[in-house]
Amino acid sequence: MNVIRLIVSAGLRDLSRSRWLIGYALGFFALAEGLFWFGGSGPQVVLSLLNIVLMVVPLVALVFGAIHVYASREFVELLLAQPVPRKPLFTGLWLGLALPLAGAFAVGAGLPFVFHGGGGAGFAALATLAVAGVVLSFIFSGIATWIAWSTDDRLRGVGLALGVWLAATVLYDGAILAATAAFGDYPLERPLLGAMILNPVDLARLVVLSQLDASALMGYTGALFNKALGTAGGAAVAGAALLAWCGVPYLMSARRFARRDF
Amino acid sequence: MIRVEGLRKRYGTHDALRGVTLEFRTGAVTALVGPNASGKTTLIKSLLGLVRPDAGTVFVKDAPVDEAGRYRRAIGYMPQLARFPENLTVADVIALVASVRAGEGAESPRDDELIEAFHLVREMDRLVRTLSGGTRQKVSAAIAFLFSPEILILDEPTAGLDPLAAAILKDKIRSVRASGRTVLITSHVSAELEGLADDVAFLCDGEIGFTGTFDSLLHQVGEHRFEGAIASLFRSKGRVA
Repeated sequence: MNVIRLIVSAGLRDLSRSRWLIGYALGFFALAEGLFWFGGSGPQVVLSLLNIVLMVVPLVALVFGAIHVYASREFVELLLAQPVPRKPLFTGLWLGLALPLAGAFAVGAGLPFVFHGGGGAGFAALATLAVAGVVLSFIFSGIATWIAWSTDDRLRGVGLALGVWLAATVLYDGAILAATAAFGDYPLERPLLGAMILNPVDLARLVVLSQLDASALMGYTGALFNKALGTAGGAAVAGAALLAWCGVPYLMSARRFARRDF
Repeated sequence: MIRVEGLRKRYGTHDALRGVTLEFRTGAVTALVGPNASGKTTLIKSLLGLVRPDAGTVFVKDAPVDEAGRYRRAIGYMPQLARFPENLTVADVIALVASVRAGEGAESPRDDELIEAFHLVREMDRLVRTLSGGTRQKVSAAIAFLFSPEILILDEPTAGLDPLAAAILKDKIRSVRASGRTVLITSHVSAELEGLADDVAFLCDGEIGFTGTFDSLLHQVGEHRFEGAIASLFRSKGRVA
């Protein structure tokens, strides 16, 4: 526990001074502030932000995360040469990356809402969006960590991270749409519900949209999800799946980290 | 102090270590030499638990090493490449390593000698990203010696250091040896091992080619200087008559 705390606070101290993360927070701040500036109300701003959050948060968590892990390799070797076991060291390293990433997003995107009165009617949606962005930061920084500790070639690792991003944000919906068109004669509901749970970006979209009156924007899988489980039930299942998703990349990369050679 | 028995490690189709059995004498400086890709770094990393050997055992202070790594309390390690988190200060880095080590039990006496000799006190508040490569290397050396470990493992310690700093470091290694501690050092520059190494272990293609004292090496290959002796080891792939 002590080791985890020490490594996490070092990670926070390091990354809170990172120009990249400061820029990331400022970018979200400017964006949310700009959306208010152009006359948006709370719920509208949340809706506009949602699509950007779903694209940008996974991208930054994956690419920045992978680069960060590669850059910290030599220091991690030095830490591993100290009298500490690998598991708590790994947990500290991951949290020391995920917390600053999530924090930069939450502070950057959240402050404008504080200035503009908590988002008014859209407060529930805003809170959900904030949680979704934080959870996505954890999930995708976990995936980045897994990639970087499994791939020794940095260029390949960063390429893989970009590939995961493309797959989760763009290709996945396209593939589902194509599958629906191709197999439209068969009952697809069940496989599609399964497919939905496999993509945290889709889950996050569903959870946030369920707080807004905008089911038309939900996309094909989202609409199906709600049809099967009801709006509230769908959001609850999606939220639970999203939280479970946080653990998957963490457990996978912790295993990898515990077994690999440095 | 450190003994390895039948150490084997294979990466894919490449045998990095093929059954290395070796002992590092307590209170001596052992030079681990060998051509590139001979398995030196793999051997060092096996001692530290960074690499898991496929077969064989590492004994540190007569006990086989374990997963939890408490045995590493006795070891100070200076890696080949010194890199620290870019946005931490030198003081942050040193405090982090110190608290990670202290967290696992009793505190060891601090040895600030290198921090003073390298004039690192005035660099303490600088961010790592603003440091030159040489200064990072000095920080790395200072950390290895900071906790007065009984065993020092130094991987290419003088690479990137200016001659003055290298001389300071070599003096420090000698004084550590004089206090009865064990030093393991790898270097490509054989001239700098002269007058420093008591023992030599020559590794080639993952096997021990020669192991013994420095004097016995000179005698066996019929050379007067370390550099020539090492060169002849390289030529004969370590197979000394």
